Amino acid sequence: MSRTLSQIRRIGLFAVCALALLHASAHAQLTIEITGAGANRIPVAIADFGGDPAASRILTSVIRSDLERSGLFKMIDTGGIAITETSSPIFGDWKSRGADALAAGSIGVSADGRQEARFRLYDVTRETVLGGSAFVTSKPMLRAAGHRIADVIYEKLTGEPGVFSTRIAYVVRVNAARYELHIADADGQNAQVALISKEPIISPSWSPDGDRLAYVSFENKKPVVYVHSLASGKRIVVANFKGSNSAPAWSPDGRRLAVVLSKEGGSQIFIVNADGTGAQRLTSSSAINTEPNFSPDGQFVYFTSDRGGSPQIYRAAIGGGDVQRVSFEGSYNVTPRLSPDGKSMAFISRRDGGFRLSVMDLASRQVQVLTDSYKDESPTFAPNGRMILIATESGGRGVLSAVSTDGRIKQRLSISAGDVREPSAGDVREPAWGPFNK
Amino acid sequence: MKQLVIPAALALMLAACSSTPDADKAGAGAPVESRGPGVATVTTGGVDSHRLPPELTDPNNILSKRSVYFDYDNYEVKPEYRDLVASHAKFLTQNRQFKMLIQGNTDQRGSREYNLALGQKRADAVKRMLALLGAQEEQLEAVSLGEEKPKNEGQNETAWAENRRADMLYNGEF
Repeated sequence: MSRTLSQIRRIGLFAVCALALLHASAHAQLTIEITGAGANRIPVAIADFGGDPAASRILTSVIRSDLERSGLFKMIDTGGIAITETSSPIFGDWKSRGADALAAGSIGVSADGRQEARFRLYDVTRETVLGGSAFVTSKPMLRAAGHRIADVIYEKLTGEPGVFSTRIAYVVRVNAARYELHIADADGQNAQVALISKEPIISPSWSPDGDRLAYVSFENKKPVVYVHSLASGKRIVVANFKGSNSAPAWSPDGRRLAVVLSKEGGSQIFIVNADGTGAQRLTSSSAINTEPNFSPDGQFVYFTSDRGGSPQIYRAAIGGGDVQRVSFEGSYNVTPRLSPDGKSMAFISRRDGGFRLSVMDLASRQVQVLTDSYKDESPTFAPNGRMILIATESGGRGVLSAVSTDGRIKQRLSISAGDVREPSAGDVREPAWGPFNK
Repeated sequence: MKQLVIPAALALMLAACSSTPDADKAGAGAPVESRGPGVATVTTGGVDSHRLPPELTDPNNILSKRSVYFDYDNYEVKPEYRDLVASHAKFLTQNRQFKMLIQGNTDQRGSREYNLALGQKRADAVKRMLALLGAQEEQLEAVSLGEEKPKNEGQNETAWAENRRADMLYNGEF
């Protein structure tokens, strides 16, 4: 076990996407596109849980598919035998099956009458307990409990927090007169519609607390920035000045937003309070300035500008000072998105006529192009920084795709909006990966 | 006589429709459901476009033409559109009660937000020319739709060229 773990760390945690996005359509189809396979996957056995067999089936299938789709784990067949967290596993048997780790558990009833999922994770090689937890849940939330357990297993075995219980937002263009803003679990299940509009919706951005989304809506025949509280559906207008209002980005403390306003001519970046008050201009160049993104320490705003003749990425200090150019290679580098640790930046670079997801290591300025796509857009980091979700095109239709950030494993998952019986099921676009679940 | 009454009615409509950020904020609590099937569709109220004076809609009048087309990654108003923009500037100068929304558009290649900014540049260029020729700042608003509302959804140069455009719309038309 420990040998496997150190191996994994040495090659730098090539985490891969676990993202399965389902369109709201009844005929939505999951497409798993694998262009390379991960070596060194950790062999894990997730035994059937004790207790109610139907509930156990839901729970363990969520855990298994989360871990499997992450690309970091190989599922070991458990032979359909239920093992609870209190029974002593026969490690020799699991070793001979090839498992490095084993999870066992049960579903019972908690003191207050709700369902309780308990589990324990074992290191098979060293014959020790690696950890365990109990999650109290109501029946409709069984899947959520499964994601929580998968997160614990992922973290114990890789040393990185899992993102299985996070949420994602994206926009579905059903047709030219119907746009929907969806919120789904990170595996694409449980999609809920937050907003339906006859006009486009773009640039959703999660508040750091995960309760609100800022976005641009064209429902007033011009771009206006809203902040939408997901639980209540209440919306406030954050920027509706004369001209265009767009590209909202939250400050890390959730108190302010960077937005792009044209009220003073051109497209300029302003910092506003989250309630829309106190707009202060950040950029002063007469060129285009847009797509702001805060660095995780809140000190800088990265943005796209054509001040040098072609669109390139720059950064400005919030406290004032010189604007620095960040991207140099090529004639079209846009949409900067900082990684959660602030060390790298995802962006879209035009290469050989295609718009491709790229990552720059900010210390060395080294750029790696991660795809060979024609039309990548809108990169968004998973909160653990291990994958990047993008919008791209497949078969002439907008789909979402997730790519590992180090590019070592070329494994991608993408979701098509509908199946062949519904050729006009629409485009999926504008993804935004939410923060860690509270 | 009829022709005189119509602009007056329009002016009233304009006054009723003029929006400020505050007014929009007050209406921001629109009933939008956050989850589940009962989500309300947000729609904006349409304005009757049949009440425009005939000179703006008569196909034989240059004022019926509203689009200015641009080159790729460019936001300069080409010489062939100067007469068109000048005619609208003259109309706005002679009809101060009219307001115009200039919507900039781009083709669909590249970043959505960058294209929104590029469309803004195009709308701003038309607005600047109208203002230079006598239209007043209060009559004009330049906004961008970026690549979001393509007139032609094709993926070829003909379609792209059609989408690199700024449209001049009078109140009642947007």
